[in-house]
Amino acid sequence: MSIRVQTEDFDVGAEINRLRQQRLDIGAVAAFVGQVRDLNQGDAVAGMTLEHYPGMTEKSLESIVQQARARWDIMDALVIHRIGHLKPLDQIVLVAVAGAHRGEAFHACEFIMDYLKTPFWKKEQTPHGERWVDARSSDDDARARWHEA
Amino acid sequence: MIRLLYFARLREALGSVGEELAPQAGLTVEALMQQLAQRGGVWAEEFGSGKSLRAAVNQTLAPVTTEIHDGDEVAFFPPVTGG
Repeated sequence: MSIRVQTEDFDVGAEINRLRQQRLDIGAVAAFVGQVRDLNQGDAVAGMTLEHYPGMTEKSLESIVQQARARWDIMDALVIHRIGHLKPLDQIVLVAVAGAHRGEAFHACEFIMDYLKTPFWKKEQTPHGERWVDARSSDDDARARWHEA
Repeated sequence: MIRLLYFARLREALGSVGEELAPQAGLTVEALMQQLAQRGGVWAEEFGSGKSLRAAVNQTLAPVTTEIHDGDEVAFFPPVTGG
């Protein structure tokens, strides 16, 4: 399990290769890459600054990955989250999960992504100036579905 | 002493990244918020009722009933929006 919070960009190919080559019984890697869009809530976004709570960020990411590992039979997981100033098309986040089969890897990857939103805050630069982005209720909906069944 | 931390929009509104305080015995997150609100002005605005703030004690999200002890790290921040 590897958790990294960093300002630097990351190389998805190199990260996935490192993850998948650790064990001979890994049969599947599911990965998600999030990147900055140039539009949010109707406004052009020139860039954004991502602030976090050092210490708590790593602690909560580790807890999310532990929950995924307890729930699905996966072999390893990697989370890289960037902070600081980012512009459209910049990569923000990588979640990659290795397992024996695709089902567990897909589910665990999506679960980790749904719970990942702690504790980061986004500030966008738009033509109307800078603004803090409010929390979205759709994120709560995404998390709630994992409590069903 | 307890270490207080403020983040994101709250940090900018208060003009402070944090501070140190001597906690009273039996202090809870809720009581601490009331204490901060009593400073008036922007503090009353941010910590008075109505604003949705989250609290973490020792880097774990904490309900307002959580007790705060000497040496704790207490953080206040808006709901998170990362990812």
